Amino acid sequence: MSVSVRIPTILRTYTNGESQVSAEGETLSEVIENLDASYPGIKGRILDEQGAIRRFVNVYVGNDDVRFIDGVQTQTAEGAQVSVIPAVAGG
Amino acid sequence: MSTPVVNTVKTPASGTLREGAFGNATHLVCRECSATQSLGAFYACAECFGPLEIGYQFPAVTREQIEAGPKNIWRYQPLLPVPTDIASSPNMEPGFTRLLKADNLGAALGIKNLWVKDDSGNPTHSFKDRVVAVALSAARELEMKVFACPSTGNLANAVAAAGARAGMKTVVFIPHDLERAKVLTTAVYGGTLIAVKGNYDDVNRLASEIAGEEEGWAFVNVNVRPYYAEGSKTLGYEVAEQLGWRLPQQVVIPVASGSQLTKVDKGFAEFVKLGLVEDTPYKIFGAQANGCSPVSAAFKDGQDVVRPVKPDTIAKSLAIGNPADGPYVLDAVRRTGGAIEDVTDDEVRDGIQLLARTEGVFAETAGGVTVAVLKKLVETGKLDPDQETVVFNTGDGLKTLDAIADRVGPAATIDPSYAAFTATGLA
Repeated sequence: MSVSVRIPTILRTYTNGESQVSAEGETLSEVIENLDASYPGIKGRILDEQGAIRRFVNVYVGNDDVRFIDGVQTQTAEGAQVSVIPAVAGG
Repeated sequence: MSTPVVNTVKTPASGTLREGAFGNATHLVCRECSATQSLGAFYACAECFGPLEIGYQFPAVTREQIEAGPKNIWRYQPLLPVPTDIASSPNMEPGFTRLLKADNLGAALGIKNLWVKDDSGNPTHSFKDRVVAVALSAARELEMKVFACPSTGNLANAVAAAGARAGMKTVVFIPHDLERAKVLTTAVYGGTLIAVKGNYDDVNRLASEIAGEEEGWAFVNVNVRPYYAEGSKTLGYEVAEQLGWRLPQQVVIPVASGSQLTKVDKGFAEFVKLGLVEDTPYKIFGAQANGCSPVSAAFKDGQDVVRPVKPDTIAKSLAIGNPADGPYVLDAVRRTGGAIEDVTDDEVRDGIQLLARTEGVFAETAGGVTVAVLKKLVETGKLDPDQETVVFNTGDGLKTLDAIADRVGPAATIDPSYAAFTATGLA
């Protein structure tokens, strides 16, 4: 499955300044692995050592915060929009 | 890590900050990993995504200096990331709201020494005028062109008004189902108001995405959040100053993102560090509505991590299901020996009415939450009724009239005659 991933400003040093990149995978976990193959090091910024999403990162598949679904095991359909966003906003 | 990690937004547009643009602020520092970086429109740590805080080199500050300042938050200018000439720039001049001795409410709840910090007295009737004033200064100094925010309503009012007064373009994003009063009291200032089909967390997410794409947009609670949040310290400063330069023993504060609570704590700590008040112990209590109580739930479960929820409460100004500062609220409350409680929507309505009936203060739903939680904390023995306590009312009841619309009204509708009046038995 090919998905589109929106990259936050902080991580664009990994993607040569690109704000939107493509990646492959049937789950969010696979998408992040694939992303890391193209942009080495980016996985470690999104996931912690245990493979969980870092405390101050929100990840969305479509409009859904994956913490409300299946976390990194959330399914990513063909053409899905994945967004990685710093969590420390609002209020 | 092979790839360099830096925040890449270039601010200000001219490339250089003017001398003293941020007063005694010197840098940004990550609250999680302590990494530092230069002042700019950054809010998340480039190393770990943690929240950035303002670092300062405070000069010596005296009580007399502060007392000689203006009757608004700029009396604390040396302790905020704002320039020395901030008071003379077009702004809303928020703060220095009244601290009311609340003997009637105290008697009703069995609390001996109770105060209400009534921040509904700010220019747009909520504490948000404080934080927005500091954010506006940052936006100006960073030469941002658009003043924006995602909001549950109070912030929308404050941003739209402050932007209008400062002559800045404003764009405000709100959930589409916001209270009508908060929609109108934002739109009237003439900026751009956009209703988003989603809840606050959806709106917040959208704002974060726009902030990452659009150059020159200052989202007050996103990319200039470190500056914005510092404005809430002034609530803590004022309480201490208005009590006669001392700290209260207990404070009860509403929790939405949690920023306000942590900043009141920071304000108290800074006053102690600067020798402006004695270092006396205080307990911080947090207040949430049952229908959006992720921080209260984490507190009660003994968790350090706040699990996001989908909000469902009449207290829309506290309806943040994914609170950015939730973990730090837990830290502050646990460190000081306080507690966090939550109350039902009916208890919120009761709280609004109780405060109005006893003290003549008409609070919005957030104030109802705080008063209802105060009552619950006393009843459950978590708050000591013999200790001096300050409860925060952060907004005006006129903004959330629906909350009490079915509960209050005329005692009778009569013909305009004395006979009709006496017939009611109300004489």
